[in-house]
Amino acid sequence: MEAYLDNAATTRVSEKAAEIAEKVMKEDYGNPSSKHIKGFDAEQYIKNSAKIIADTLKVQPKEIIFTSGGTESNNMALSGAAFSKIRSGKKIISTSFEHASVYSPLLALKDFEFDIEFAPVDALGHVKIDELLNMIDDNTTLVSVMYVNNEVGAVQDIAAISKAVKEKKPDIIFHVDAIQAYGKYRINPKKEGIDLLSVSGHKIHAPKGSGFLYADEKVMLRPLIFGGGQQKNRRSGTENVPAIAGLGEAVREAYEDFDQKIRHIYGLKEHFLERIGEVPGTHVNAVPGLNNINEADGKLSYDVRKTAPHIVSISFDKIKAEVLLHALEERGVYVSSGSACSSNHPGLSSTLQAIGVKRELLDSTLRFSFSRYTTMEEIDYCIDMLKELVPIYSRFTRK
Amino acid sequence: MNYKAFLIKYAEIGIKGKNRYVFEDALCDRVAEKLAKVADGFTVEREQGRLKVNCPDVYDYDEAVDQMKKVFGVWEICPAYVIEDASWDNLTVKTGDYFEERYGNKPYTFKVEARRSDKSYPIQSPQICSDMGGYLLDRFSELKVDVHNPEILLYVEIRNMAYVYSESIKGLGGMPVGANGHAMLLLSGGIDSPVAGYMVSKRGVTIDAVYFHAPPYTSERAKQKVVDLAKLISVYTGPIKLHVVNFTDIQLAIIDKCPRDELTIIMRRYMMRIAEHFAYANHCQALITGESIGQVASQTPQSLIATNAVCTLPVYRPVIAFDKQDIVDIAEKINTYETSIQPYEDCCTIFVAKHPVTKPYLHIIERSEKKLTGTIEELVEKAINEVEIIEVTED
Repeated sequence: MEAYLDNAATTRVSEKAAEIAEKVMKEDYGNPSSKHIKGFDAEQYIKNSAKIIADTLKVQPKEIIFTSGGTESNNMALSGAAFSKIRSGKKIISTSFEHASVYSPLLALKDFEFDIEFAPVDALGHVKIDELLNMIDDNTTLVSVMYVNNEVGAVQDIAAISKAVKEKKPDIIFHVDAIQAYGKYRINPKKEGIDLLSVSGHKIHAPKGSGFLYADEKVMLRPLIFGGGQQKNRRSGTENVPAIAGLGEAVREAYEDFDQKIRHIYGLKEHFLERIGEVPGTHVNAVPGLNNINEADGKLSYDVRKTAPHIVSISFDKIKAEVLLHALEERGVYVSSGSACSSNHPGLSSTLQAIGVKRELLDSTLRFSFSRYTTMEEIDYCIDMLKELVPIYSRFTRK
Repeated sequence: MNYKAFLIKYAEIGIKGKNRYVFEDALCDRVAEKLAKVADGFTVEREQGRLKVNCPDVYDYDEAVDQMKKVFGVWEICPAYVIEDASWDNLTVKTGDYFEERYGNKPYTFKVEARRSDKSYPIQSPQICSDMGGYLLDRFSELKVDVHNPEILLYVEIRNMAYVYSESIKGLGGMPVGANGHAMLLLSGGIDSPVAGYMVSKRGVTIDAVYFHAPPYTSERAKQKVVDLAKLISVYTGPIKLHVVNFTDIQLAIIDKCPRDELTIIMRRYMMRIAEHFAYANHCQALITGESIGQVASQTPQSLIATNAVCTLPVYRPVIAFDKQDIVDIAEKINTYETSIQPYEDCCTIFVAKHPVTKPYLHIIERSEKKLTGTIEELVEKAINEVEIIEVTED
């Protein structure tokens, strides 16, 4: 049996998304900037995808900029906004909990004498809003907060943070890294006060190399990429039409029967959390109220719905994450240690440190992440394998 | 200039006695194999203490030289201008043409060296030197002779045709692979063992390798790294039969039964035993390791006694007295360094004790090992039987 439980790293492309991408590559392969019918046909795919996406966010299609994925969206948002607002100030605030694709471009801005501060988070991974607000001064132009954390699945109350931030300083641009959130939540940027929103395609069953940035029409962005002036000069380069078409289709599917899909994924997570106790020496990270035992039925009660549906972070006593990961791999169970994007750089997760995971567990934490394609059987199989493997591999440790 | 031939000089194999043909044939084959990657139509032949490479009409000169520079046993590569009609008048004119194209009329100092393999040629070598020198002095007004320290040393070799050359490109030296037996390299993912394999291979030894894999403690990427390293040294050593041995159960048995501070030594003793098994199976005459005195706890002189004691074959340790930096320098030269430093854990490091023994006594190690009797034999047999063999060749 195989259980792909690494959907926060990437997902399988859906049949329909793959189909439409293939059709574009083989049949409707025109350059959307060409004036002939082939170009026109290609352009329709882009317009169509922009419309589908805009509808899910209740924004205008022209506010969608297609990118190569989440990393580019985050870079475009942060560098673009920072430089376009440079005359108003050079201070940017984010959290100590961000993905490298937010953290690194911010550090790069330090080379241009931007002042970058990171607000702390609590043990559940929630930003300490008061401390964030205290960091805001007259010089602050941009605040960036992650919607769903990629390593532990903690969810921020984005609307509340944005409201507080804008009450303190209304002209601040508020950016949200929604790479793990889009497709799992109904996001309404206009209502939630989000000016910029980054999304990746391959996390939601669209092809790799697809993604977008929602940018409110009032926000000016300095482009990262200059050239032929595509996408209203905001992102030059011939549009990746197959990926964009696939992304549109994937988004349409994600928000079709949305509640049912999300209920299914939450069901997987709840089942996983109910059974993880059967594996000795496990700790669940960043789930509120986890240790409360329901007196009526003796079961654990916790508020799973306050965390993301598809991500579970578990720490294991006396076992190295990577060893367990490879042991699971031998049984056909695929998971992550840290986040896959940064797993090539050995070093302890700053996210886990930020939520106060004990030092000896930092290197002993795995992420299990689900998708709508994941089944209960796969969850059971994974837990059964853990029950078998954890006792074996926790016997042998370093000294 | 479009060179039609190369003369390849070799060093040590020139002095071998009756079995000289073995070395020369091996060198011919190795050079021909490399040149076949550049273009079709190269031929390589033995010719009186040299190899002669005949080139096709069209080929990439830099690439050809580059390939020949990777063959052990090549001492010097001389791109040669071929003059088919070696009659004296034609020879002088064509040699002058070569000189003109290569150097022009500039104030160089020069000297002519001649060699007459074709003893029926009417002019003797000393005469060729002086007459050719005279011709060139007449034709190029700026040239001057300097017999002691010339800037240009022009060789004229007369065989069935004449070859003129003035440039010698240094080769790697050593002896051609295939000339000196066969050895089994213990290849880890580190810096030292690929260098050790390269060095022994440079003495003409054919190399195969063993890698100890410990899933799930070591990942598929760690194994790929070792395959990549084998591929990189196979550029020099030729194809390598890589034996991938699953070592996990043996390692865990040792952890279970033996003192932790002796783990690495005992592990290495089992690696040597298994490597030796495959060495005998492949008719090898030696093992090769990248051990270097005192580099880590398991490479102290006392530890080497303990690991050496289980082997009956000689163990070649070419970097035994090298400083780390010297090993790194070679690794960089042979292009393995960047691959070696990729951060994937190998099975030697995962369970290493904080304070491993550095001066083990053989009898104590042997006593600890006795605790494995009854379980380990089966595990070793299983590891040997389930070996995965990867035929690694250069891309």
